[in-house]
Amino acid sequence: MQKKNVLLWVSAGLVYLFLYLPLVIVVVFSFNDSRLNAEWVGFTWKWYGKLFHNREMLGAAMNSLIIATVSTGTATILGTLAGMAMNQYRLRLLPLLVLSPIAMPDILMGVSLLLFFIMVNMTLGLLSIMLAHITFCIGFVALAVQARMSSMDPALVEAARDLGASPWRCFREITLPLLLPGILAGALMAFTLSIDDFVITFFTAGVGSSTLPLQIYSMVKIAVTPEVNAVSTLLMLLTLVVITGASRLYPAIFRGE
Amino acid sequence: MEITALLEIVDVSRHFDDFVALDKVSLHIEAGEFFTLLGPSGCGKTTLLRLLAGFDQPDGGDILLDGKSITSAPPEQRPLHTIFQNYALFPHMTVAENIGFPLRMAGCPKKDIQARVAEALENVRLPDKARHYPDALSGGQKQRIAIARALVNRPRLLLLDEPLSALDAKLREQMQIELINLQKDIGITFIYVTHDQGEALALSHRIAVMDQGRIVQVDVPERLYGFPNSRFVADFIGKCNLLEGYVREQQGDCVTVDLDGLGMVHVCRSETKCVAGSRCALTLRPEKIRLAATVSPKEDESLFRGSVHDMLYLGDVTVYIVSLANGLLLEALLANSASGRTNFFEVGDSVEVAWSCDAGHLVLD
Repeated sequence: MQKKNVLLWVSAGLVYLFLYLPLVIVVVFSFNDSRLNAEWVGFTWKWYGKLFHNREMLGAAMNSLIIATVSTGTATILGTLAGMAMNQYRLRLLPLLVLSPIAMPDILMGVSLLLFFIMVNMTLGLLSIMLAHITFCIGFVALAVQARMSSMDPALVEAARDLGASPWRCFREITLPLLLPGILAGALMAFTLSIDDFVITFFTAGVGSSTLPLQIYSMVKIAVTPEVNAVSTLLMLLTLVVITGASRLYPAIFRGE
Repeated sequence: MEITALLEIVDVSRHFDDFVALDKVSLHIEAGEFFTLLGPSGCGKTTLLRLLAGFDQPDGGDILLDGKSITSAPPEQRPLHTIFQNYALFPHMTVAENIGFPLRMAGCPKKDIQARVAEALENVRLPDKARHYPDALSGGQKQRIAIARALVNRPRLLLLDEPLSALDAKLREQMQIELINLQKDIGITFIYVTHDQGEALALSHRIAVMDQGRIVQVDVPERLYGFPNSRFVADFIGKCNLLEGYVREQQGDCVTVDLDGLGMVHVCRSETKCVAGSRCALTLRPEKIRLAATVSPKEDESLFRGSVHDMLYLGDVTVYIVSLANGLLLEALLANSASGRTNFFEVGDSVEVAWSCDAGHLVLD
């Protein structure tokens, strides 16, 4: 190996260490048989056991899953339509409206949504959180779909129509399958963003509608317990499964095509 | 009884904002014809093709197929198919699924589809590619699959939008021959769009030359080349010398023309109706000009002296740009077959050019 290469590998290794060491520590200490995150005492599953008997935690996890699923589903449909429209017509206002929530600071989104929900007299709860999450997820889906569609040859749709497909069949047989990697990439982003959102959820959650990040935060206020490590590890695992699953199904997503 | 054309285009217009893409275009296309729309880019030929396919609607006029208007029919209801410039094969379907697509859309039973796809693949000599995806095919193979897909359910008309422009020169010539034979065999009417005049001449039964949204001339290739009706057509089809002048007099089919700076020449067997005194241009193809150090002119020839101004050695022929007495540049060809040397002349050599009185063709302003 050349000297240059050694340097490259070392620096790359340091960057990966910086990125992943904190995560590794969380995972390791979730199996540590001690209340303190200080030294390794011995292996245990007990924090996971405790987690599954913690009603508050389970409730929050359930809320997070429901919110992430519903808002991802809704945002994926709306975002796909927005992305297609942005590509098909030369619109000026739509991209601005759809994409600005991405760039908007979370704190601003949170406060303005809270004010809005109070103004329309809406009880804060799962529904208000879902609406908030849909708002910022649409943009990500639209962006992914629009990028995918702009690389699609417009002649394909015309060819399908020309060969006898009605507009609906053309959408189902040509447009949708070709956009699917983009749609899935967008949905994936939406799901991960929704499940770990804190700031916006913090402002739009009500009593009894705590999500996992909110629950973890309220526990950490007291101390970073091994239980927090355990739930974080599970969250990490879920994200990992979703991402690897998607990459197996549609390798194109990760090649940036 | 009057025989109606397969396809009639009547006063079709299309505007994009201020830009007139098509200006009252009318054409009749007969069944079984290989018809070409030829013109420079932006002349409206692709716009017209898109109107025929149904991807776009005209602002005025009518399109009739077998005497029935199809102007407002959506593309899926028109019994014609398009070959796209980049083939537009569906990348997520295999070759067999691509070819079967129009049959599936038409509601054919599965068994029939299989048999007809196999037959179509046999016809384009790619039977072993059925399970391949389009990405795995070469340009020429994609082309053949696109043609097989467009022909599998026997359309009345095939529209081809510069289908050979993405291929390299060798393959293009081979595909041209294949297209001619295919059209002859299946007898389906082809409407072919191209900006390549050589391709148009080689392939077509008839050609419509378009410019700025209008049809300039519709004719068979030989007439288009030999008897262009305007400077534009003369200049666009093949190489052409345009000698400006005005009509002195006409006697029968013989016209005397006073060429600017060159003097009187006779143009015989002229088909152009001239009025004495009107401006005109004599179109002279380079290959019809005799070029020699000293030409011994025949009785009916016009002779001029000049010198070689520039030359282009092309292998089979050499193009000589001859500068005439009045500074006019004339292009002439010499075949290199008889020459042991590479060229007959060098730049600066004095030469004589001559052409017979029926070599040129007059176009009027």
